[in-house]
Amino acid sequence: MRRLLTTGAIALAALALGAASAETPEQLPSHEWSFKGPFGTYDRAAAQRGYQVYATVCSACHSLEMLSYRNLEQLGLTENQVKGLIADIQVDDIGDDGSTIQRAARPSDKFKKPYPNELAAASANGGKAPPDLSVIIKAREGGPNYVYGILTGFVPFDKLTPEQIKDANVTKDDNYNKYFPGHRIAMPPPLSDDKVQYADGTKATLAQEASDVVNFLAWASEPHLEDRNRTGVRVILFLIVLAGFMYAVKRQVWADQH
Amino acid sequence: MASQHGAPPVFNNKVIAWIDHRLPIFSYLEKEYHTFPTPRNFNYFWNFGAIATLMLVLMIVTGIVLAMNYQPNAELAFASVERIMRDVPSGWLIRYMHMTGASFFFAAVYIHIFRGLYYGSYKAPRELLWMLGVVILLLMMATAFMGYVLPWGQMSFWGATVITNLFSAIPVVGDSIVTWLWGGFAVDNPTLNRFFALHYLLPFIIVGVVALHVVALHVHGSNNPLGIDPKGPQDTVPFHPYYTMKDGFGVVVFLIIYAGFVFFAPNSLGEPVNYVPANPLQTPNEIVPEWYLLPFYAILRSIPDKLGGVVCMFGSIGLLFVLPWLDTSRVRSCTFRPIYKWFVFALVVDVLVLGYCGAHSPDAVLDVGIKIPLLLVAQLGTAYYFFHFLILLPVLGKIERPLPMPPSIADAVLTKKAG
Repeated sequence: MRRLLTTGAIALAALALGAASAETPEQLPSHEWSFKGPFGTYDRAAAQRGYQVYATVCSACHSLEMLSYRNLEQLGLTENQVKGLIADIQVDDIGDDGSTIQRAARPSDKFKKPYPNELAAASANGGKAPPDLSVIIKAREGGPNYVYGILTGFVPFDKLTPEQIKDANVTKDDNYNKYFPGHRIAMPPPLSDDKVQYADGTKATLAQEASDVVNFLAWASEPHLEDRNRTGVRVILFLIVLAGFMYAVKRQVWADQH
Repeated sequence: MASQHGAPPVFNNKVIAWIDHRLPIFSYLEKEYHTFPTPRNFNYFWNFGAIATLMLVLMIVTGIVLAMNYQPNAELAFASVERIMRDVPSGWLIRYMHMTGASFFFAAVYIHIFRGLYYGSYKAPRELLWMLGVVILLLMMATAFMGYVLPWGQMSFWGATVITNLFSAIPVVGDSIVTWLWGGFAVDNPTLNRFFALHYLLPFIIVGVVALHVVALHVHGSNNPLGIDPKGPQDTVPFHPYYTMKDGFGVVVFLIIYAGFVFFAPNSLGEPVNYVPANPLQTPNEIVPEWYLLPFYAILRSIPDKLGGVVCMFGSIGLLFVLPWLDTSRVRSCTFRPIYKWFVFALVVDVLVLGYCGAHSPDAVLDVGIKIPLLLVAQLGTAYYFFHFLILLPVLGKIERPLPMPPSIADAVLTKKAG
């Protein structure tokens, strides 16, 4: 039976793919990200604001289970600032007597999940659990541009053309997103102007919030990127110099044969 | 420890002499890697044996370190890879070296195989050497496939499902074999456990076959771009320092490109969907293997019949085993084969086209002025692949008139220099 299901699923996927390749997908918005390129670094101010967006909005449904609160120190926060950020968070633990207890979150704790388990997450969200965001930027074609596109690409039902409504098969209770494959997305528009009050006084427009949270999630997906870029530049410079020396010695060795 | 061509080495260091008298490892190294007479006319294609060896060592070393931190358990595997990336010191470096290293190992080996095809390195007396190489390729494919399953992402899981399901095409016992491979009725924890065990084992078997490959190589020595045998000392140079230096330079240039990918584009060669944890209830839009398996995947899918597809896919590699007997030409190097030379390039183009087909859905349509279904392109590509080996190669060897060959390697080298 599982075999049959598997085969059916593969056939369905093939069909879906045939349909997908027929339509041209919407061009993703291209954004200048500070972390792109061999000398890229994370914009810490933006990523800190992005954490605020995640904590205020996204974390209601999306987990970030690969990260610990202590990791936030990499964004330029001190340990005390991190403790301040998580002061109100209570997490489950097991007490000395073996009973289930609640205690204040510590920097060494993993990010608290919005739901106790995947079933709970699925049943609270119409049958499918919202994806974990730990590596979301690496897990989608288009990476940061895709996530930014999804966050800013919602079109209200009354602004849709009849053709779009027909193609995506949406009703006024559904959510239409320009960049989501198939356009009908379970997530309602999560961000809008002034959805958060930034601690640093930045004006919270939709574009600003989306850009900030993408900066935060990009860091969450690849926390060692800056280290990697720095090491890479050194390694490649070293190898180029070494190649030069190797070539010179090779010429020297072969001189009597040419 | 000076020594002349052929004369047994004399070691001045007493400890080395004492050991060598009882276990002649130093004599062996001296003979096989120092004075070993090597044709003097290699081009840079001859670097790729050394490069592939280095990549094999690099894969084993990084792999062992990864295995110290990885959890081969369906519940923990994905998170343990992320833990390596985040919390293990330099874990990201080791993992990206291993992940990108697989691609670069294959790239080196494919160039090495092209070298063999173009310069006729598979012909007598090097048939067994070549066949051992094909065994290494098959072992590499099996190892790479099982390694790709270990992170337990979506493509890991569904790739494993699709590839293991191929065995169900075997008549009568197919389904039982698949259940036996899985260790259950679906790809699950037992599958992951055995794949991990085999992924750890197979590289060491590859090392063993590589050792045989090198022993076979050192019986008659390397082929060379002219494809003619060295006739005396004027045609050869000692392996060290001439080729140790040339290989060393080539290795470093290769490493520059490799490092470029490891540090600046480590995920560009993989599928983003493999960063989504495996979900048996949701098939990804498209199930594709890594780039180095795409041409074979295209052959598999181009045949409408499942068993036929599997036979053709394994046949496309199996053919390489009998390549030395399919090629009827007595000339090794394409330098002197004015017609066949172009067909070798045509085969490369064919394999690249097949790779393109393998990366896209067979339902896709190639739009180049006129619309061509990609399935048809893949079928033509597959047909040409088999035509090349089964018809063109045997026939062309009989009818092609080779160009005149130089009397010796030294002669060709000196003429080229004078001209």
